[in-house]
Amino acid sequence: MLFGYAGRVLHVDLTTGKTHVEPLNEDYAKKYIGGIGLGIRMWLDNSKPGVDPFSPENPLIIANGPISGTMWPTGGNGHAFVSKSPQSYGVGEAKAHGSFGTELKRAGYDVVVLKGKSERPAYLWIDDDSVQLLDASHLMGKSPGETDDAIREELGDYYIRVAAIGVAGEKLARMACIINDKTRACGRTGLGAVMGSKNLKAVAVRGTRDITVAKLDEFMEYVKEFHERMKGPATQKYRTLGTVENVLVHNSLSCMPTRNYNNSRFEGAEKVSGEVLNDKFVAKIIGCSSCAMRCEHMCVVAEGPYKNTMTRMEYETLWALGPYCGVDRLDAIIKGMELSNYYGIDAISAGVTIGFAMDCYERGILTQEELDGIDAKFGNSDAMVQLVEKIGKREGVGDLLADGAKFAADKIGKDSYKLAATIKGVETTGYDLRCLKTAALGFAVSFRGADHNRHGAYAFDVKGKVNRLVAEKGRGKLVKDMEDVYNLIDSFIVCKFSRGTYYKELPDMAKLYTLVTGFEMTPEQLKQAGERIQNAARLFNIREGLTRKDDTLPWKVMHDPIPDEGPSKGAFVSQAELDLLLDDYYEARGWTKEGIPPVEKLKELGMEDLASIVENKE
Amino acid sequence: MAEVHERKFVSADPDKCVGCQVCEYVCSVTKNKAFNPLKSSIRVVRINQLINLSVTCRLCENPPCVRACPRDALTQSEETGVIMVDKDKCNGCGWCIEACDYGAIMLHPEKKIVFVCDLCKEKGEPQCVKWCPEEALDFVTSDVLAQKARITAVKKLFQEAIKETQKTA
Repeated sequence: MLFGYAGRVLHVDLTTGKTHVEPLNEDYAKKYIGGIGLGIRMWLDNSKPGVDPFSPENPLIIANGPISGTMWPTGGNGHAFVSKSPQSYGVGEAKAHGSFGTELKRAGYDVVVLKGKSERPAYLWIDDDSVQLLDASHLMGKSPGETDDAIREELGDYYIRVAAIGVAGEKLARMACIINDKTRACGRTGLGAVMGSKNLKAVAVRGTRDITVAKLDEFMEYVKEFHERMKGPATQKYRTLGTVENVLVHNSLSCMPTRNYNNSRFEGAEKVSGEVLNDKFVAKIIGCSSCAMRCEHMCVVAEGPYKNTMTRMEYETLWALGPYCGVDRLDAIIKGMELSNYYGIDAISAGVTIGFAMDCYERGILTQEELDGIDAKFGNSDAMVQLVEKIGKREGVGDLLADGAKFAADKIGKDSYKLAATIKGVETTGYDLRCLKTAALGFAVSFRGADHNRHGAYAFDVKGKVNRLVAEKGRGKLVKDMEDVYNLIDSFIVCKFSRGTYYKELPDMAKLYTLVTGFEMTPEQLKQAGERIQNAARLFNIREGLTRKDDTLPWKVMHDPIPDEGPSKGAFVSQAELDLLLDDYYEARGWTKEGIPPVEKLKELGMEDLASIVENKE
Repeated sequence: MAEVHERKFVSADPDKCVGCQVCEYVCSVTKNKAFNPLKSSIRVVRINQLINLSVTCRLCENPPCVRACPRDALTQSEETGVIMVDKDKCNGCGWCIEACDYGAIMLHPEKKIVFVCDLCKEKGEPQCVKWCPEEALDFVTSDVLAQKARITAVKKLFQEAIKETQKTA
């Protein structure tokens, strides 16, 4: 008997409607843990090289972790989607919390592999052992939240959990996300579009099985201890102001990309600060299933043109729809966020793409006519809201922008690629990489494209642990070590906001894994698993054609020095600096100059069964 | 002689409850050594993100569940007010579930008999109250709840006056 793990993998062929269940490979479980690690490995096993992201042959994988379904604080509730991204054409992965993953575990599955394409719009109904494809034609056009309500109503159980796409996913917008529990998104890398390409509107789950852990009494003691830790300083930020605290912090360091990277600080920051958001708009802070921390800042707009708007806000989305578009009105930003959830688009990608469009407009690359008459000047909050709506519906200029800044730039031409702040086709997040050079490396090598959540390397820069304006040797190892831990966080799956409560990091995580699964796991083995997952992701990208050239930074980061007075003035990342950082990182990883893991490395990590991917490339 | 109500039950404060389900998990693991909300006698309802509340047995006076049972399987403890289920008599018909206004009686998914909050008598105190991270759950009598509600209401009415007295103090 397995503990923690359900021990089963569900395969669904959406073309034929046929399903089968296979046992979870225990060796994989120990080596790739769960979540993104297991998902990436299972994707490699179930796909052919060069598959198109929108092909029925591109598997869409749902994976939860060994901790899912237990009452481990923040860990009981996560799930990951993994597939080939229609933005990067490499690893697509995103996690969400809430209550969907825990339900899937209770239904008896660690992993669900979805292949094929339904003939008609359908949703998947997983009711423990019974798995059916049901008609979804009446759900088309509905938001993820509306779909959630409609499915629970028609299946007649309030506690059914649903992950669904919105209109954007139906229309294959490459920034489409998958949303569960109304406001929790698997947001990044466009996996909502992959789901849409399969004619799959939603996955609904009901699970009734018990979840048991190997060492229950010790586990409960450990839960109690972490409940206490979560009331302490390690999570204070998330429980109080929330991530929106970053607005004023980043602004004071002059590292908040503003107006599509034209500036690195925002004169309107005081108006959109976390302090003002909490004072004026936060109505309640709620929690995910099993969490003892609670971070979800629910905002309500009570008056004005956007009256009756309600949504969750975080720093990244506030930044993207706000400062990045020059917008200093919180009510409009909250509206933009609500619309993003309504249509099912990643609000970071939406904001960054709108900032790009505004920049194109101000530079005369896009005309007001081409923008459907919208006066898309930086700072025009109404224009921002209108553009979110157009992207969500894929209407007018929204059709151009719905695939994100890179794909829009490819169509617009006229050097507009210089204005697209993307890495591997994925829009960047709220850290000015010109003056955060450890973060810049982390972003450049992130296997899912521009992202702070694959490494957290910004922390070294922002907290002053290194000279953030200098690119130097040693940063490679800093990024590598962080990546390995972040891979584990996303494979267990626990919440990144709780990472500070693992005081001893790897030993604490190893203890948790052992108590839950009963498999003895040392901190060293766990560290190696984190490294293995990074290598598996790299192999995914190599197999799909990505190279060192793709480990790069947005054009402005490398050519447009920060103009603002202050500590970061004049900063940018030169090609020489990037090369130095990449060389240092590849060396720390034991990869070749071209960023390819040698067969020796794969053997060391016990993954020589994937060696064929690199054999002709070393 | 008037009687002071001494029966304590588990009550959730809607202002504090965030819908995290820790109570469900603790309840199910205490009684079943497994994590499974379907085996919890306290359940969370989230109407929307702002409206969350845990609901469990309120130990009603003259409880409708007891009256509804056609097999006399349910009785109420005179001492604590807890609803006791006679496992031999209960056949899982569900009349009591229907009779309860709070949805506090559950049908066990495997045993096919009903179960209801017993205040964790073997542990000495309800474990959900002990574990609630928000301290949203209270183990209280209805008299104390009423007192609390009155005090809150009066404080709201006299907000300004209270501020004034604090200044003087």
